[in-house]
Amino acid sequence: MSTQDVTLMAHLMRRAGFSATRSELEKFLDKGYEQTVEDLLSPGDPGNMPDDLIRRYHVEQSELRELSGAGAYWLYRMITTNNPLEEKLTLFWHGLFATGYAKLNQARALLNQIDMFRSYGLGNFKDLLINLSQDPAMIIWLDNNDNHKDAINENYGRELLELFSMGIGNYTEDDVKECARAFTGWTLKNAEYMAMRAGKDSIWPYGRIAWHYEYRNDDHDEGKKTFLGHEGNFNGEDIIQIIVDQQATAKFVATRLFQFFASDDVDSESHDQVISEMMDAYFDSGYEIKSVLRTLFNSDYFKSDECMYSRVKGPVESVVGTARLAGSYQLPQMDVDKLWFQTMFMGQGVLAPPTVEGWHEGVEWIDSGSLVERVNYAAKEFGDTTKSGVRDIISRLSDTYSEQINVPDLVDGCLDLIGPIQVGDHTRNSLIDFVSEFSDNNVLDISSFDSKGSKCVAQTLGLIASTREYQLA
Amino acid sequence: MDKKEKSLVVVQLSGGNDYLNTIVPYGDDDYYDFRKTVRIDQSDVLQIDKMYGFNPHLSPIKALYDQGKVAEINGIRYDNPNRSHFRSMDIWHTALPDEIGSEGWLGRVIRELDPKSENVLTGVNFGRGLPRALGVRGVPVASVGNLETYGLFTDMQDEAEKSLALRAFTHMYGGIGKDSVMEYLGQTGRDALKGADILRTAPAKYSSTIEYANNSIAQNMKSMAQVLLADLGTRVFYTQHGSFDTHSGEIISHSKLWDEVSGAVADFYDDLKEHGRDEEVIVMIFSEFGRRIKDNGSGTDHGSGGVAFVIGSDINGGMYGQYPSIKQADQLEGDLRSNNDFRSTYTTIIDDWFGLDSIPIVNGQFEKFNFVKA
Repeated sequence: MSTQDVTLMAHLMRRAGFSATRSELEKFLDKGYEQTVEDLLSPGDPGNMPDDLIRRYHVEQSELRELSGAGAYWLYRMITTNNPLEEKLTLFWHGLFATGYAKLNQARALLNQIDMFRSYGLGNFKDLLINLSQDPAMIIWLDNNDNHKDAINENYGRELLELFSMGIGNYTEDDVKECARAFTGWTLKNAEYMAMRAGKDSIWPYGRIAWHYEYRNDDHDEGKKTFLGHEGNFNGEDIIQIIVDQQATAKFVATRLFQFFASDDVDSESHDQVISEMMDAYFDSGYEIKSVLRTLFNSDYFKSDECMYSRVKGPVESVVGTARLAGSYQLPQMDVDKLWFQTMFMGQGVLAPPTVEGWHEGVEWIDSGSLVERVNYAAKEFGDTTKSGVRDIISRLSDTYSEQINVPDLVDGCLDLIGPIQVGDHTRNSLIDFVSEFSDNNVLDISSFDSKGSKCVAQTLGLIASTREYQLA
Repeated sequence: MDKKEKSLVVVQLSGGNDYLNTIVPYGDDDYYDFRKTVRIDQSDVLQIDKMYGFNPHLSPIKALYDQGKVAEINGIRYDNPNRSHFRSMDIWHTALPDEIGSEGWLGRVIRELDPKSENVLTGVNFGRGLPRALGVRGVPVASVGNLETYGLFTDMQDEAEKSLALRAFTHMYGGIGKDSVMEYLGQTGRDALKGADILRTAPAKYSSTIEYANNSIAQNMKSMAQVLLADLGTRVFYTQHGSFDTHSGEIISHSKLWDEVSGAVADFYDDLKEHGRDEEVIVMIFSEFGRRIKDNGSGTDHGSGGVAFVIGSDINGGMYGQYPSIKQADQLEGDLRSNNDFRSTYTTIIDDWFGLDSIPIVNGQFEKFNFVKA
């Protein structure tokens, strides 16, 4: 197992997952890079914390009265899943098809949408768009329940083209109207009953029971439509078929996936080259997202130094990654809803995107307030020597070096085991200065978890998590 | 005094404050018909006139009202009521009732007050996370959970270790970034440290005879007074209190909440007065919506139309706007019908208090009140 292999595997897991502990990396390295990519793309049993266990401890995650309970439920899944790519990609779709609690007041419908992303997110893009168009939370979020045969509401039709598939500039205003016409009758089942509930119970306009999709032929516009140069008596599925066949759609999907998994900025020839290969994979496979991602993860660019650390971690990525590395929240923990608030304080409350455009990513994640939250959260998680992930790192350090470890070894060992992550000399020297203050003659004792040296390891991990480099993936 | 030196404190009452039980239409029999149980008895009301009076738990605010320091703004609302807390709050925060906006109105005010972002503390939120009202890309705003401990590595117990960690952080973020992202991260880290270092000096400089109560709103307002009196250049202060979402047990919880809020606001006012600074500050209190006219037996459900207050020595006190009729025939789906757009109040504050152009900030032109002294 070469350093280069570990570095590459850690990079893959930061991107296709939420970082990985050293034990996880070792298992992946035994399988090799390409097999690991295949396994990530073919998720099996997620092995996450089971719902019945969650419910026993967290009534709020069952009742879903509050957004924080629903958000914490998803965070548990991200932290404890064996299918990190499945959750990471679900987070991607949630940011792209951003549906927010604000208008819905219905966390059950939102979590059902998230489940739909789990089921269809790696599959065929056409199926995903059909399911999205039939998703009750989306129908309410973008008013398709108000899109009627004799009075169209363009909201969903427009965003489907602008934000969810092709991007602005690839269709006309007439296409928007025709698209909206095709989706008339795609609505919420039992809307009248839901409206009655809304009148009775003002906190829960549509109650906390699941919402269901219904196609109402009597409210569907059967007329002829002209969409992107095609003519016919189109229904929603026909429109989606035309959309997924567009070059613009392939480019849009490939670019957005590239930005989320590879690089915040698309600004070089090598970037364009990979995106073009991803577009080919999209068409060759018949719109399979799995193929598009396989092409990306196996590309030379993805494995290159240029690609490493070219993304700013999002708040959820950062919080979940730190929790996984430190070994937190593996078992039910009563204060888990604080974790959702934590992501909110950092600017990304899951299930509550600010608008239908999702979050502004990249460097825009960082402002002075959110950076303070990141640093304090990570320093607290890693600074605790009772956490299993922190203990594992201490044990590995004493196995690799010795129970009496010298200062540079401790710093380099921590940088290796928390990632490995590469930091500049300036950062490394600052860490060495920090650790030196705790040492006697440049040596620290890490023979027990309670020793001053072990506590110093924990503080050092916290400090590494507060560096600029750790904010990047 | 130059208006440009003036500051604004915003207190958000989260959850939807019950207007009818805040400014009580005690002279209207309909009130007692609709409010069979969740009501303020006539004998308890602090009378303004023969029709309206304050809830007794607002007595500190009523005392300021009697001195002419309180503009009481009736029936304040936005069009097409949405009874979702989140959406309603978004509308108040972005000043955009009809579309989903991304810039906060106070963030825009801060950008106008400090266009070059010269002071990292022009806007400060007291509480964690950033309310959308303050959020505008590129506008630095500090969010202070606890002024005494605000800053980095707050969970480190050992002071010596913490100061070593801060030293390392300063050093690490001081290095030249290898690219624009690293440079930006470095600048942000340095701004955060700077803000924290400056803010931490505020409590030590502060002395006052006022003793604030031991609840979160009082402590947050004390922190505001400390920051204000330390002259750190902060112009917009924000905090929130709640939950005013009184679906059940309203009489008890609503009373307690108003005891806390009105006590905190009055203490804050007195504190500024003691330091001769009361003419520089106004306090705006608002909530995302009011509640249904009819009670539900124990509390009240989400409604529309509410009350706001603007308080300060430079305020022309009195009632502004019309108290909407609560008669059955005048109701809008069981709610108050009113046309006092919340952006009129914003406009008055932005134009007449800060001396800025309100139109681009509130997305349009709105009629003003005259509650700011000329």
